Amino acid sequence: MNGIKIVVLAKQVPDTRNVGPDAMKADGTVNRSVLPAIFNPEDLNALEQALRIKERYKGVTVTLLTMGPVRAAEIIREGLYRGADDGVLLTDRAFAGSDTLATSYALALAVKRLAPDIVIGGRQAIDGDTAQVGPQVAEKLGWPQVTYAEEMHLEGDRLIIRRRLERGVETVSSPLPLVVTVNGTAPSCRYRHARLLMKYKYARTDTELQAESSDYIAAGRPAIKITEWGVEAIGADPEQLGLSGSPTKVKEIENVILQAKESKRLTASDKDIESLVRELIENHTIG
Amino acid sequence: MNNLFVFCELDEGRPAEVSLELLTRGRSLANTLGCRLEAVILGSGLDGIENELFPYGVDVVHVADDPVLEHYRTMPYTSVITGLFRQEQPQIALMGATTTGRDLGPRVSSALHSGLTADCTGLEIGDHYVKKTDTTYKNLLYQIRPAFGGNIIATIINPDHRPQMATVREGVMKREIVNKNYSGELKKIDISAFIKPEDLAVEILERHIEPRKVDIKAAQIIVSGGYGMGSKENFALLYELASVLGGEVAASRAAVDAGYAGHERQVGQTGVTVRPKLYIACGISGQIQHTAGMDQSGKIIAINNDPMAPINSIADYVINGDVAEVIPKLIKYYRANAK
Repeated sequence: MNGIKIVVLAKQVPDTRNVGPDAMKADGTVNRSVLPAIFNPEDLNALEQALRIKERYKGVTVTLLTMGPVRAAEIIREGLYRGADDGVLLTDRAFAGSDTLATSYALALAVKRLAPDIVIGGRQAIDGDTAQVGPQVAEKLGWPQVTYAEEMHLEGDRLIIRRRLERGVETVSSPLPLVVTVNGTAPSCRYRHARLLMKYKYARTDTELQAESSDYIAAGRPAIKITEWGVEAIGADPEQLGLSGSPTKVKEIENVILQAKESKRLTASDKDIESLVRELIENHTIG
Repeated sequence: MNNLFVFCELDEGRPAEVSLELLTRGRSLANTLGCRLEAVILGSGLDGIENELFPYGVDVVHVADDPVLEHYRTMPYTSVITGLFRQEQPQIALMGATTTGRDLGPRVSSALHSGLTADCTGLEIGDHYVKKTDTTYKNLLYQIRPAFGGNIIATIINPDHRPQMATVREGVMKREIVNKNYSGELKKIDISAFIKPEDLAVEILERHIEPRKVDIKAAQIIVSGGYGMGSKENFALLYELASVLGGEVAASRAAVDAGYAGHERQVGQTGVTVRPKLYIACGISGQIQHTAGMDQSGKIIAINNDPMAPINSIADYVINGDVAEVIPKLIKYYRANAK
């Protein structure tokens, strides 16, 4: 099959894996601004799968689709540096506060407009770990979904996918179009390509161009545009977006403060270790 | 009508552990709500399966038994579950946060336009007052889960949409038989009413599922290693200690991600929840995602070099030292003192 069109779903996320002490504000809430914003790790695994298909078959194009604030254009550039052909940023105030279902509604409309044969996304994003958006987008499109993918290739007009399950693997065959979500156990994404970095360094969305200082324009760089879509571009019903379109509500947020309990402090000395072992044997914890 | 439903999965032909745990929790929530507990189970060759579910206090077991349902596939399972839910209008629907539940749950919630909360660590019933409209929602399902990398605990509710859906990982809830002779009703689902030919478009070509081997949940003593162990080789020390004490080896997510141990040994929010008599945390800093899966342990020993490690604050014993030095000593003195 030639001329396959792939959309990669990607999200810019705060790097919750490296939350340092300064990441909490004095009132105990999370200070998002000090957390670095990164390309969601499993979405990079997804991008790699798309790029492998592009290398293997003729005429495949890879479009990155992300929803987020203007600065999320950063991950589109990141994708372009690694081999994606173009990118679409879904950005609009109306999207703010969307839960996974409202997010999926918007993404599904954008996917419809792009009309790809394959949608590939990461299994889940590290800021929520829900793994819901992929399947919900698939359902909104009425397409099959294949989750936890590790490897895939085309066979005739079907995609053959190996999935990682809890205690094994499964290989499935699906017609196109479909939505695939990729597991973190899939191959890592390739690095940026120097040539592509030079080519796309100045790729900007319209909003970025307006906001940016004139040095970009002064440098006389070719204007490679990143497509920017809002609510109207995808024909979304605002009622289905944001807080009003989200069935789940956050009732309460509690900041985690670990309860201190009386603990016995010991050293690695023979005396301390032996007395601990004896104590555990005496109170029947071990032995 | 408006009962509490639990989607039950099969594991090697038997109801999965996580499903039985959810039935146990579901029974107690149903008691609070004054509604019935219903189970739904899909598969092939399920004769008599209902008798394994009734003892958990299940009032109705819905069974869909057909060769096309032998192995889980997204589309036919979604069609049966959404079809049944449209008909039965459950107020709450729970499923395991397994590879199946996490594939099926979002698909079903999208089809029914209902809210779903993944990987809950707590489920409670409570009210919710909205000041703006002066409305009180009675008896909502509080879906409690860590979020934002475990730095916050969020309580999520779905005030206006039904069913209120949640997934829960294995080991988070306790499993308990209510009554061996509990009598419930069996209802067979006619799948031809729900499944469309296009639901069968995805074919399973091959399947290799390993039998369940490592079972850290059942272990009374767990020796667990974190990223601080430094290497896969250093994990050998943990296996040695575990074998001497008659326990199992577990690991934190960071250690599993680093390749020090297999995912089946992972303890925490995205792994298994354990409640052993003794939990020995070696080189584990103790992020909330990890402690959420082990803080109910009888006794906790933390061995690490970091006096400020969060794990120390929940440990009964903190050994400040190098694991490579401490573990051989533990083995030595255990051998010398054990009767």
